[in-house]
Amino acid sequence: MTTQILIAGFGGQGILFSGKFLAYEGLIEGKELSWLPSYGPEMRGGTANCSVILSDTKVGSPIVLNPDVLIAMNGPSLDKYENETVSGGKIFVDSSLITRKVERSDVEAYYIPATKMASDEGLTGLANMIILGHAIKKANLVPYENIEKAMKKLVPPKKQHLLEPNLRAIELGYNY
Amino acid sequence: MSHEKVLMKGNEALAEAAIMAGCHHYFGYPITPQTEVAAYMSKRMPKIDGGVFLQAESEIAAINMVIGVASTGKRVMTSSSSPGISLKSEGLSYLAGCDLPALVVNVQRGGPGLGGIQPSQSDYFHATRGAGHGDFHMIVLAPDSVQEMVSLVFHGFDLAEKYRMTTMILSDGTMGQMMEPVSLDMGEIKQYDKPWALTGTKCERKPNIVNSLYLQPEELEKRNFERYEKYKLIEETEPMFEEYKMEDAEVCIAAFGVAARVSQNAIDEARKQGIKVGMIRPITLWPFPKKAFASAAEKVKSFVSVELSMGQMVEDIELSVRCKRPVLLCNRAGGMIPTTQNVLDKIIEASKL
Repeated sequence: MTTQILIAGFGGQGILFSGKFLAYEGLIEGKELSWLPSYGPEMRGGTANCSVILSDTKVGSPIVLNPDVLIAMNGPSLDKYENETVSGGKIFVDSSLITRKVERSDVEAYYIPATKMASDEGLTGLANMIILGHAIKKANLVPYENIEKAMKKLVPPKKQHLLEPNLRAIELGYNY
Repeated sequence: MSHEKVLMKGNEALAEAAIMAGCHHYFGYPITPQTEVAAYMSKRMPKIDGGVFLQAESEIAAINMVIGVASTGKRVMTSSSSPGISLKSEGLSYLAGCDLPALVVNVQRGGPGLGGIQPSQSDYFHATRGAGHGDFHMIVLAPDSVQEMVSLVFHGFDLAEKYRMTTMILSDGTMGQMMEPVSLDMGEIKQYDKPWALTGTKCERKPNIVNSLYLQPEELEKRNFERYEKYKLIEETEPMFEEYKMEDAEVCIAAFGVAARVSQNAIDEARKQGIKVGMIRPITLWPFPKKAFASAAEKVKSFVSVELSMGQMVEDIELSVRCKRPVLLCNRAGGMIPTTQNVLDKIIEASKL
């Protein structure tokens, strides 16, 4: 089984970081995986995206063109990748930043006001983890019990104060 | 380092592997998409006894610093991306002329000129044919995973010292930026005698001289012929490649680096449609695995070269198979990467020949 995940939004939204969370979780599970960022000036405010592939077999191309799971954190990303998502795939939309609905009927669409929830809960900047938490639950990306382990591996020792808010953000999305 | 796998970018894993392989001297200059190599070195080298990280004033300065350290017999490397590698070309020729071992990394981006910053393989000709002026070769290694990036750094330093020449790791933006699980435990480092190295005579021997200037043409010709004897030996003994589903293949894909990864998907897809297709993935681009392609030409009906360039390796395949079989090209350029569908379409075309 291979799951191709594409996370897309603005630079600065933590797109690459949430992709890294999935990669670290895959590492803990001993899965084959790849993580590939868009790189260059996108990091500084343009559109950013991150391809993550989790698989039981050796990963071929690390580039996700047709995601099984799309996480869209801004309008342009949904416009760009909605039609690329595989039939039967799942699309997660930050409904506080994207006003329109998913137009396709052959995919499952999930809406979560992640950015608004983040600011309401004092978790500004962690909308990425809120929407990821929701995707983890609805698309069955990660076993619940591995979330904390993966996060501990991902957050470096010097930044341990970020562990709790990140976990809280994932939890918030997971239970939405 | 333990056997436990860690997640690293190709660029970072390459840098760590170089340090583990005993390279404690790094000279470079930042350029996308290679900058993580230099950034990693800048953090790690100061923590190593005798470790040197130096951001030079230019790529040209960096390669000349490499020549300096290499002439003392210490392991040394530099890295850059395509436009920066062009600047290093003079130094690459001098390294060859002086018979010095060094590791040079090219994390390729689109060209020519400043080009773009997205991945490319369009420096294949530069690496395998024209790295600088004069008659010379570099050993050119092309990893297709982060794990192989690590093993080829070890192997690259080993080959460089064994043959006293430059090894180039020909990476690309995708390979450099991608993270994959990687094990950093690579075992022992082979030691080679370096009687030629400039280590100080201590008044106990005649001075060694490292030089590439020979004003007597007879002498220079002799050096070139000797060097080409060495190249011949390397061409016979050092080619590396990996085969994928070639047992019953009627179409043979040739691809390296990220193109090989995309091709793997396309082959799996084509096999589902009943097309017998496999792949020969050159790991050494020079020496090119000519024999593998020549013997494949006896079995398959056509070849497809998948490249992120206007078609460069395709010429080596045609030469290897002596044009006995058609060699098609499936390519994107300028920072674009062939899709699985692009490759699949070309496989279908090749299977109908």
